[in-house]
Amino acid sequence: MAQFTLPRNSTVSKTAGRHYPAPAGAGKVQTFKVYRYDPDSGDNPRVDSYDIDMSACGPMVLDALIKIKNEIDPTLTFRRSCREGICGSCAMNIDGTNTLACIKGCDEIKGEVKVYPLPHMPVVKDLVPDMTHFYAQLASIEPWLKTDSPAPTRERLQSEDDRARLDGLYECILCACCSTSCPSYWWNGDRYLGPAVLLQAYRWLVDSRDEATGDRLDQLEDPFKLFRCHTIMNCAKTCPKGLNPAKAIAQTKMMLVERRT
Amino acid sequence: MSTSKSTAPNRPLSPFMIGPYYKPQLTSMLSITHRLTGMGLAGGTLLLAGWLIALASGPQAYAAYAGHIGAWYGQILLLGFSWALLYHLCNGIRHLFWDIGMGLEVDAAYRSGYAVIAVSAALTVVVWLFACLT
Repeated sequence: MAQFTLPRNSTVSKTAGRHYPAPAGAGKVQTFKVYRYDPDSGDNPRVDSYDIDMSACGPMVLDALIKIKNEIDPTLTFRRSCREGICGSCAMNIDGTNTLACIKGCDEIKGEVKVYPLPHMPVVKDLVPDMTHFYAQLASIEPWLKTDSPAPTRERLQSEDDRARLDGLYECILCACCSTSCPSYWWNGDRYLGPAVLLQAYRWLVDSRDEATGDRLDQLEDPFKLFRCHTIMNCAKTCPKGLNPAKAIAQTKMMLVERRT
Repeated sequence: MSTSKSTAPNRPLSPFMIGPYYKPQLTSMLSITHRLTGMGLAGGTLLLAGWLIALASGPQAYAAYAGHIGAWYGQILLLGFSWALLYHLCNGIRHLFWDIGMGLEVDAAYRSGYAVIAVSAALTVVVWLFACLT
């Protein structure tokens, strides 16, 4: 069943949030409303607001989060690594859209900046979601080259055209912004693979060097794994790398139909 | 159904609801409207079946039914039914194009989305003009 409300232990407390005002003499101030959950206290999540002096802060949302952690509240917990949009660690829901905190400019957001973890995920702490299920789903599509033919003495070659078919697919950094923006994934994520994993599945389906296309399609021919995609397009709209999982899914559906004829 | 995304007990579920936590956007709103109009059409079909039953039950029953349908609330219901039908038709055609791999870029999906709103509204006006003038 589709779930429209949060479970009792997950509702965001309206009263428990703390407020951290900007230091006196601050220049341009922007308020960051950040989702907080402390597993040790067991209290319901809350939203803390931090007034940040933007004249003493880097330009990106990640810069502001790091400033909060360094200078205001060291208990704030989030994932980050590369700070240049290639590792996918700092994926979160910012201003109502999933994106990477490191490439989202604070000045792109009017007024206060709302920062939540990726939607409809179990929360480990603050902005850190539990990705176990997402990674297990990725492993289930066996995202590696599978061949029956004997290994050649050198690389398996690919024409320029065949290589070009992987453009728009190989760039995925598996940040899970798309999957966690998808209402179908929210409501059927236990069995529906979701846009990110399906984009990866398609990446191996169209790889000219892969010899397991038939097996891969067999695995996807299932009412839930693939066909819970209803072309809502939240995935393509939100992808911080500008990729289009909805299109990859549609093309996978077409491959399933075409092989029957 | 509880979430089976984690084996760890008592982890809260992060907020997700469209509106307060996830921004509504044209494509997702048209998608949910497609589903709602689909459900509405089932109700509309009951309306149509009721009309046929009234027709078969004789002049008195038909007059009573036609009275309700002709009243302001019946007309609003019919307006909604006709728009839901035409919206579902237009968006269904949009889905057929997607199913053959066309129009899946984000900007194309937005353009076709606006087209579905415009065309379904225009067709509804045409149907009602036709109904009122004949």
